[in-house]
Amino acid sequence: MSLDAHDLTWSANGTPIIDGITLSIPQGRLTGLLGPNGSGKSTLLRLLAGLLRPRTGTVLLDGRRLSALPRREVARRLAVVAQETSTDVDMTVTDVVLLGRIPYRTGLARVSRDDPDDVLEAEKALTWCGLAGWGERRWSTLSGGERQRVNIARALAQRPTELLLDEPTNHLDIHHQLDLLRMLADAPTTVIASLHDLNLAAQYCDHLLLMESGRLVASGPPAQVLTEQWMERVYRVRATVSMLPDGRPHLRYTSLDAASPASPAATR
Amino acid sequence: MISHAPPRTTGPGPAAPGTAGRGRRSGAVWLGGAGLLVLPMSVAFAVTVGAAGLSIGEVFRSVAAHLGLPVTSLPPLQDAIVWELRLPRVLLAALVGGGLAVCGAVLQALTRNPLADPYLLGISSGASTGAVAVLILGLGSAAPLTTGAFAGSVVAFCCVLALAGAGMTSSVRVVLAGVAVSQLFSAVTSLIVIWAGDAQSTRSVTFWLLGSLASASWGGAALCAAAAGIALALCWAAAPALDAFAFGREAAASLGVSPARTQLTLLVTTALSTSALVAASGAIGFVGLIVPHAVRFVVGSRHRILLPACAVYGAIFLLWADTAARALFAPREIPVGVLTALIGVPVFAAVMRRRSTAR
Repeated sequence: MSLDAHDLTWSANGTPIIDGITLSIPQGRLTGLLGPNGSGKSTLLRLLAGLLRPRTGTVLLDGRRLSALPRREVARRLAVVAQETSTDVDMTVTDVVLLGRIPYRTGLARVSRDDPDDVLEAEKALTWCGLAGWGERRWSTLSGGERQRVNIARALAQRPTELLLDEPTNHLDIHHQLDLLRMLADAPTTVIASLHDLNLAAQYCDHLLLMESGRLVASGPPAQVLTEQWMERVYRVRATVSMLPDGRPHLRYTSLDAASPASPAATR
Repeated sequence: MISHAPPRTTGPGPAAPGTAGRGRRSGAVWLGGAGLLVLPMSVAFAVTVGAAGLSIGEVFRSVAAHLGLPVTSLPPLQDAIVWELRLPRVLLAALVGGGLAVCGAVLQALTRNPLADPYLLGISSGASTGAVAVLILGLGSAAPLTTGAFAGSVVAFCCVLALAGAGMTSSVRVVLAGVAVSQLFSAVTSLIVIWAGDAQSTRSVTFWLLGSLASASWGGAALCAAAAGIALALCWAAAPALDAFAFGREAAASLGVSPARTQLTLLVTTALSTSALVAASGAIGFVGLIVPHAVRFVVGSRHRILLPACAVYGAIFLLWADTAARALFAPREIPVGVLTALIGVPVFAAVMRRRSTAR
């Protein structure tokens, strides 16, 4: 089981969005995808998920070209949790999680009834996400954090070996962000999530990828990527990095623009 | 936001393993069973309604005699009223209602647009253009009116496909293309009517815009049975893909569904089926828009259950609307499209209201 990319490029209307990215995702770990707004994180995730076709380069799943694999087979291996999924569909939580079983059903059997194995799989996924007993709730009555968890349960019901999430902590309060990242760090699969909060990424991720203008500029464990130099270059902020007792870095920032000699921040 | 327990400590829920979804589903099964019972009863009862009083027993006798069962047949006049006039019309109403409701539900899911209906793809205005062209441009000898209407719908739908682009990457483009083509064909229709205008062509246009089941025949009913049946079968087989579309094209793709192929197959299926239904009955409004919403309120969004339920309840709804249209102000007949809205809006309001209080 492996997910690799070689020299990926992708452009929209002639503007390069992804510009020659080669990477290898460590197995069974939580990988954080970092970078400023517009650096190409969402596009890279779509390319890795096979939802976009690279202009050049290849994505390899277990050494096989992703674009050559049948879509259904890909859906049994790679699950995606998109950034914006709010919709007013009238479905129960169980119905939404059962969508994750679509790649496993073939023929008319998939239509006529819910396979008991599928229902069991859905319940396992819900339980894993802390949503046991939520099956009958209606999607439209859930809060943003609850929807995000149901989405992750749906993705886990696909029994993926790779789980890709686009800014899963968006719109969540800090309590729910921590819950969610704990869940992802414990997930029994390889997880790749794009994140904005660098300190949370440092706290929970095993591996970080740092993007800038469609390029991958740094990758490695948090202490290697979250450095003062990278923060200044990629995010244009001055950061003070301290090491916490657990060996993970912690950042404190000041904007470069505010760092005039008179400002108190610059005296630190 | 009200804080809730962290994931791992959420207490044991009320549902034991294996029971998830059972309450709602047994409700759907119950509703489906009731519909299958009510539908044939409605057909039998609707045939008795009309100027010539007939009993249910006489209706069954006529039908049984035509099916070759050993019963004494009705007098020829009454038999003709049942077998040649009323039964084809009642069956046509049921088939058109069921077919339109299924097509509407599918298009609402594919475009994720609650305002989508079977005429979204330019089909009704294409049908009236085709019919008027046959009538006025003197093509009448070459093709009957219904063939002209069908051809017009298909041409309109092809224009929509061409405008929306082969990839159909955006449902907004499909909707906009449908609106544009509808406007274009309406304009062409008006142009033809004004250019060669006479009373008959104006009436014909009105017929195709409001819809009527008065010209029902066994042949038309058989064609509509095929159109509605094929649409229901193909769409039902694609039910999981339609469910996957609820969260958008990309979500469907990530679940192993090919969005472009599914969308094209189902658009072509619903367009051809709607074209056949419209050719037989005109563009009866409202059924394909509101019945899917009302049924969805009751049985939920899963298409495996939703589509058959739409077929049954769309059939029952249009059957009763048409019966009312010909009986309420007899001997005058009101266009059925007027009644679908007059009956449908209160029913829809009641369902919507019940559901919002049930939450």
